[in-house]
Amino acid sequence: MSAEWPLWEVFVRARRGMSHVHVGSLHAPDAEMALRNARDVYTRRQEGVSLWVVPSSAVVASTPDLQGSFFEPAADKDYRHPTHYTVPEGVEHL
Amino acid sequence: MEPGTDRSATVEPRDPMPDGYRRTLVRQIAQHAHSEIIGMQPEGEWIACAPSLRRKAILMAKVQDEAGHGLYLYAAAETLGTSRDDLLEALHTGRQKYSSIFNYPTLTWADVGAIGWLVDGAAIVNQVPLCRCSYGPYARAMVRICKEESFHQRQGFEILHTLSHGTPEQHAMAQDAVDRFWWPSLMMFGPPDADSPNTGQSMAWGIKRFTNDELRQRFVDIAVPQAEALGLTLPDPELRWDEERGHWHFGTPDFSELAEVVAGRGPLNAQRLAHRIRAHEDGAWVREAAAAHAAKRAARTPGQEPAA
Amino acid sequence: MSTPAPGSDATATYLLGLADDALVTAQRLGWWVSRAPELEEDVALANIGLDQLGQARGLYTVVCDLEGAGRTEDDLAYLRDASDFRNVLLVERPQEDFAVCVVRMLLLAAWQSEVYAALASREGPARGVAAKAVKEVAYHLDHAAQWVLRLGDGTALSHERAQAALDAEWPFLAELLEPDPAAVAAGHPDPPSLREAVLARIVPVLTAATLVVPEQSTGQPTGQPTGGRRGHHTEHLTDLLAEMQQVARAHPGATW
Repeated sequence: MSAEWPLWEVFVRARRGMSHVHVGSLHAPDAEMALRNARDVYTRRQEGVSLWVVPSSAVVASTPDLQGSFFEPAADKDYRHPTHYTVPEGVEHL
Repeated sequence: MEPGTDRSATVEPRDPMPDGYRRTLVRQIAQHAHSEIIGMQPEGEWIACAPSLRRKAILMAKVQDEAGHGLYLYAAAETLGTSRDDLLEALHTGRQKYSSIFNYPTLTWADVGAIGWLVDGAAIVNQVPLCRCSYGPYARAMVRICKEESFHQRQGFEILHTLSHGTPEQHAMAQDAVDRFWWPSLMMFGPPDADSPNTGQSMAWGIKRFTNDELRQRFVDIAVPQAEALGLTLPDPELRWDEERGHWHFGTPDFSELAEVVAGRGPLNAQRLAHRIRAHEDGAWVREAAAAHAAKRAARTPGQEPAA
Repeated sequence: MSTPAPGSDATATYLLGLADDALVTAQRLGWWVSRAPELEEDVALANIGLDQLGQARGLYTVVCDLEGAGRTEDDLAYLRDASDFRNVLLVERPQEDFAVCVVRMLLLAAWQSEVYAALASREGPARGVAAKAVKEVAYHLDHAAQWVLRLGDGTALSHERAQAALDAEWPFLAELLEPDPAAVAAGHPDPPSLREAVLARIVPVLTAATLVVPEQSTGQPTGQPTGGRRGHHTEHLTDLLAEMQQVARAHPGATW
């Protein structure tokens, strides 16, 4: 019987006030062990104050063939950015 | 687009990539991962007999890091569609290799120092350019590894420095270790460029950034002044500063010995592999128990599937 | 050299026992690095070994200060013979079976949790070391509990091996809970008073793991292995020390 443990993705909050960031993956038999393994593998140099572990199989990801339809249509909408607008000289706090 | 064409664009797991690129990466990352975990053994033997409690703690932390580094690298290889089980199987059956340096014995405590200074030193010269490798997960694993490894070489240097300036017996022990590990360390960079047929393709794909000989030269240039600071000599009568090239000239390693060791005829190939296989087989009942427990618990909790 | 304060001899003796427990445990855990069932566990066991080693070093330093004789942590670790070691027998025997490793860790960490908590709760030279150790052994206890649960309630084979390990380790728990004159003289709780609290940490784990708790003797155990605190050890400690001390002893006076 092959008993390869499933893969988990690990996210670490480096300091309070920051969001959790993906740092890598590991194998663990279940969620409790995944959390503990993440502590041992990814925070042994004080890298974090909080951990998430997520089964890799639960991640839903966009694929490169969706690149065009997903991300390129945003390219010509520069009116969403403040640099699009002209501000008369001398106007502050705008 | 071929990987490596655009130096600033990394390739990510879901991107289309040439089969050869994928195969080369799996082979290289796997070999790198195997080297980390086989590399735990020669130093691991010395955790039990480290001569001070401080050294014991440092060495345990270092060998632990190597387990972690193997783990990061297996995970990077797994993004290419292989599994850790498959990779370990390939290691255990000899289909994939690990760095031949770990087939040399660690005879004295000074060898722990020599491994840290020379073997980790050579590894770092090899690995720093890999932080900019074209494959994203490999490059990111290498960034983490290089950051963590910065203490490995330093602790080795410190061990040798202490020994070299200690009793005459300690000094002799340090010199002997450097004598034995110097040439194998130079061979860690692989065969000379002329005999390295894959280098060109790997460089075109942005997996490698420098050739074997370039990296070997860089290592020698770094190591020579450090040896002087240690008060130890390097066992190469040809070693001299080449004013014209601006580099240290060094002798040619015995690459036929390298070929022998890579072919599995090194001093400790069989022992290293047997140790690794035994650990894996002895642990099978534990891995199965944990998997069985997870399945039982998932079955007891309605609506919760095991993370397969 | 300062004159030792009253009771400091007893304190030094008591702390030396705890330190030796931790060092010998670290030494046994070091064996596992490169031999664990999975890479993640190599990392975990090394972490626990490093914690135990750190506790030993912290406590040795306190002992050396109390002695005031100029000895160092390394003198205590490397220049004493087996008969001078004060660790309990539980920790010194080989543990090359993963079930033994985690069952022993459960028993030891449950006991260390109580001992370090008591040390951390009162003024004394080891308070700082103990306060740090309390958090560390809480993790060791958790790690051991997670594994005992998975082995006990895993496969038929793992259940059998976990039960066998428990049956083999359990008799050695008695020594941890027997009266210790050094503890009392140093003003620390006599180990028998910790019995209920220690068992309360262990037994629910064993029950959840579907393991049979071996016979619990009441009062002064008879026929249980003991003597480590008085320097009466098994040959396993001699072997362990021979390996651990060989390099240091081959070069007297050398610096490393």
